[in-house]
Amino acid sequence: MLYWLRGVIVGISVLVLSFAAYAQEVSREQIKGLDEQVQEIKSDVLGIAAELNQLEEKLLYPSNTQVAIFVSLASGETFRLDSVEIQLDGKPVAHHLYTFKELEALQKGGVQRIYTGNIRTGEHDLQVFVIGKPSGGADFRNTKSFKVNKDVGPKIVEISLAAQSITFKDR
Amino acid sequence: MYRLFVLFTILIFAASSAAAGTTAPRKLKDLYFGEALYYAFQGDWFDAVARLDTELIQHYGLDEPGLDTLYYHINHAKFAVGDFELAYRMHRRAGRAITAVIEGNVEEQVRNEAIFRLARIYFQKDQPVNALYAVERIRGAVPPQVREDLGFLRAQIFMANGRFAKAANILRDLQDAESLEGFSTYNLGIALLKDGKELEGRQYLDRTGRIDSSEALTLAIKDKSNLVLGSKLLKEKNFEGAKQVLDRVHLKGPFSNRSLLGSGWADAFQGSFERALVPWSLLVTREVTDASVQEAMLAVPYAYGKLHVHSKAAVMYGDALEKFGTEVDKLGASIKSIREGYFLRALAREELKQDANWVVKLRKLPQTPETYYLLELMASHDFQESLKNYLDLEELRKKLENWEGDLDAFEEIIEQRRAYYQPLLPAIDREFRRLDSQMRLRLEQRNRIEQRLKAMLVAPRPDYLATSKERIISENIAQLEQKLTADGSTMPSGIDARIKRLRGVLDWNIYTEYDRRFTEAHKHLRDLNQVVDRLKKQYAAFVRTRQAATQSYEGYDDVIRRQRFLIREAREKVDELLARQGHMLETMAVSELTRRRERLSEFQIKARFGMAESYDRATRAQTQDKVSQ
Repeated sequence: MLYWLRGVIVGISVLVLSFAAYAQEVSREQIKGLDEQVQEIKSDVLGIAAELNQLEEKLLYPSNTQVAIFVSLASGETFRLDSVEIQLDGKPVAHHLYTFKELEALQKGGVQRIYTGNIRTGEHDLQVFVIGKPSGGADFRNTKSFKVNKDVGPKIVEISLAAQSITFKDR
Repeated sequence: MYRLFVLFTILIFAASSAAAGTTAPRKLKDLYFGEALYYAFQGDWFDAVARLDTELIQHYGLDEPGLDTLYYHINHAKFAVGDFELAYRMHRRAGRAITAVIEGNVEEQVRNEAIFRLARIYFQKDQPVNALYAVERIRGAVPPQVREDLGFLRAQIFMANGRFAKAANILRDLQDAESLEGFSTYNLGIALLKDGKELEGRQYLDRTGRIDSSEALTLAIKDKSNLVLGSKLLKEKNFEGAKQVLDRVHLKGPFSNRSLLGSGWADAFQGSFERALVPWSLLVTREVTDASVQEAMLAVPYAYGKLHVHSKAAVMYGDALEKFGTEVDKLGASIKSIREGYFLRALAREELKQDANWVVKLRKLPQTPETYYLLELMASHDFQESLKNYLDLEELRKKLENWEGDLDAFEEIIEQRRAYYQPLLPAIDREFRRLDSQMRLRLEQRNRIEQRLKAMLVAPRPDYLATSKERIISENIAQLEQKLTADGSTMPSGIDARIKRLRGVLDWNIYTEYDRRFTEAHKHLRDLNQVVDRLKKQYAAFVRTRQAATQSYEGYDDVIRRQRFLIREAREKVDELLARQGHMLETMAVSELTRRRERLSEFQIKARFGMAESYDRATRAQTQDKVSQ
């Protein structure tokens, strides 16, 4: 019994440290080698993604008709953004419901590309519908209309949202 | 017990989001850079790197990058891409990107932050010498947000290089750092112990073990410190001291089971089996899969045996034996489930990404292994890295599969465009050429008129501004004159005077109205210019549209073919790596479960032996009682 007792005490000290029971079957070198190969394939796939992004833009959204609409939160805004809907020339083109992670990313200064599409050169109507809730306040709905002037080059539009206002920035 | 799982799962899933330190610029000029940040702030590293890579490629491809909006953030973007790659655990590529930033022309603080991240990469990749070389290159101002982390990393690097005294000096300066509460003291204790300063080291471990905090991670390091110090004292047979330290461990913390077990043994070694039963009896009521709980299931009847309560000991050994049997069966089924691929399938489920505690819930799914047995393994660095690689590979596999579908769609779009435009374009081109030649002719006419009007400013030519009616009349008069003098005869005087009067009237009108006509001609030219401008715009728009029509279906074949080839190659590689990585995870898990099963099998033998011995002693005691009666 005492022999067993000693074994248990050794067991306790082993438990304090981390185990490496799989070490016999999987070596550190194997883990490292595979990790490096995973990094390589990630790099390859990222290269494909970058080329595909360019191909997609050229094929689907040529610069002479391209319009991209971005959504950002005004600096310091803490209201809860529930959803945004975008209408171009009276037609709904984008509708987005925000998750907590997405809202947090916007609050940190990230910008969401909510819509990329094609429009003719000239003037277009843009309508933005926002549903949200300010901290401690009641739910609100904001709507605002803007004019978008599409020229020869790609059109980039930023919609900056605050609890009280919707600001249009022509980029 | 639940807290243990939460802590482990936090450790597994928090590391990746903690890795990136990039913040948004105060004034964002490039929205596409902002979009990459949007993905990064959500921990979506693949999309963050891919978007920023695309933006950087486009920026470098411009004739005048200085006019691009990314130009204002270029250093930030180059740094961010390395940072995102690091968070995506592409240490090699991130290392290169960050080295490029260090060697580039950047602000001191940006440069130092980049070196800090580079050093962290080396440290994480088990390259302490390179990490040391990197941190020693830091000179001048360090951004305040990384100052404490840098100090802590420096100390860890020194420890990894065996320079414990130097690490201890740094850690001493970090004792007031709130963000490192507990961690700086604990590491200082360990550094001092390794440096041979046993007494001082223990004092710092003891100090860590007495920290008063409500922070989960600080409490965890506090408990760990007590467990390390308590185990050390237990090994040195300082049982009283060990008990005091082990009893400080939070009863609901992740290290409580081990401390309760140790605390019991500290009593048992002093012969206080009744006292030992207090922590052990609490321990045996906990989750049966825990190694300390299983050990306590043998320790409790052992203590009863020592207290001569053999009958109770025998019953408890019996209970333990039964439970061990159930667990051995459970482990066998778990090993079978892993070998049949259920573990990997469960790990790759989407819920895992949505809910960090999902690993705990995994055990509730049918045919999945008992994850309680795997939690300790799953919290280990090697398993975490392998699991993250597996999940990343699974994500890549899905992306590549979708992209192949995208390429099919692209080809279909191209074909539809070709089918629409190709028959239309020849007729359009013919019409365009006709209109184009007409337009050129009119433009030449307009230019001639402009030149003539300019010349008339210097040398007035009223005849140029005669109306068509006046020109016809003038022609008629000339013909009349010619007719009347055709046979060489002189013109009759009456007629000559009339003709001269007519010509005089004509010239009078042309000359007297010259100024008005000249002004009007300029006005008409200006009006014409407006029409010509509109025409030129329409012309340019047509040329662009015409060009876009061709470009919408021509020139993609090679690109798409190349992409298909690359995607196919990448898919094959991903499938192969996925299989290898999956096998590695399964091997680790099976190995861990086998180790636990073997341990339980040993416990079964001990329980059987203990039960037999206890029955024997109980029977003997009963017999002795009867004899004495």
